[in-house]
Amino acid sequence: MRLNYPVHVRIIRVPCTGKVDILHILRAFEKGADGVYLVGCMEGSCFYEQGNFKARKRVEYAQRLLEQVGTGGERVQMFNLTSGEAPKFAQFAREMTERIKTLGPNPAKLAGAASKGPAAGQAAERGAA
Amino acid sequence: MIVANGKPLEEIIGVVKGHRKILVAGCNECVTVCEVGGTKEVGILASALRLHFLNQGVEAQVGETTLQRQCDREYVVGARVTVEPYEIVVSVACGVGCQFMAEEYNKVPVVPGVDTSFMGGALERGVWSERCQGCGTCLLAKTAGICPVSRCAKRVLNGPCGGSTKGKCEISKDVDCAWQLIVDRLSSLGRMEDYEVLTPIKDWSTDRAGGPRMRIKEEVAS
Repeated sequence: MRLNYPVHVRIIRVPCTGKVDILHILRAFEKGADGVYLVGCMEGSCFYEQGNFKARKRVEYAQRLLEQVGTGGERVQMFNLTSGEAPKFAQFAREMTERIKTLGPNPAKLAGAASKGPAAGQAAERGAA
Repeated sequence: MIVANGKPLEEIIGVVKGHRKILVAGCNECVTVCEVGGTKEVGILASALRLHFLNQGVEAQVGETTLQRQCDREYVVGARVTVEPYEIVVSVACGVGCQFMAEEYNKVPVVPGVDTSFMGGALERGVWSERCQGCGTCLLAKTAGICPVSRCAKRVLNGPCGGSTKGKCEISKDVDCAWQLIVDRLSSLGRMEDYEVLTPIKDWSTDRAGGPRMRIKEEVAS
């Protein structure tokens, strides 16, 4: 299909979304990610039966934690599709990229840059745009 | 095992916010099994605290460690090199572990990261239920292995009371009436005659009413 999707998305392959731990999500933000989303199989279609349900619960937990620490829970999202829905995969990438662009960069990067001076802060804003 | 609940993150942040070197200390025993204070949960809390400080633009060091047992001086003392460089320790062990840490490290504040709740077991993954209140005089032999002290809201020793309806306690439709369970089990064991034997007034001096308790095993104590 040769579908295009935003270049800002970095894909990390896992055998099942059930493999994704809450710590993977949190550490991504610690390392400066602006958003994290999981794309799993349709609910009820997990090869391992519970993997995508577990992933959804972890995403919801991450959302609550990130909301409390000021990063913002809406920066994490779970999506579901079947393996034959490539256009949906590209659509999710666009949706998430748009959402993150609206939200702006990871607050940790902005705060870190601001504490190092106004010039660094502006550079961080430009880098996220 | 001892079952605990994680404290709200806002509360923990409120306690540690003035510090820049924070250690989150877990325990490999009960709180690991009840998924609130093991290595995994230490990692999650530490990561959340780091993100909080990063978002504030504050440079803070949040370390992680998990002791084999925080309720054992041997292990608590062994963590000295890890603990002492920090300004504050958030212990996600039970209240016992937190106190043992505080007793050992006089110059480092030790604060709890969990609310210790009860002694119980896992009904299924993620669901724990109270089974013992450590009253010091076990009645289980008389009550068919079901504890009226921990499972009856009123601690009734000769029940059930009038609040028992269709096997449930009046405090909640989700709480089984302990005495209904006891009667059912005595019945299935063919021991209903035991139900007729009244339990005398319990000596609560072996419970908390007798003050803080201590146990000494002469054979091994030095």
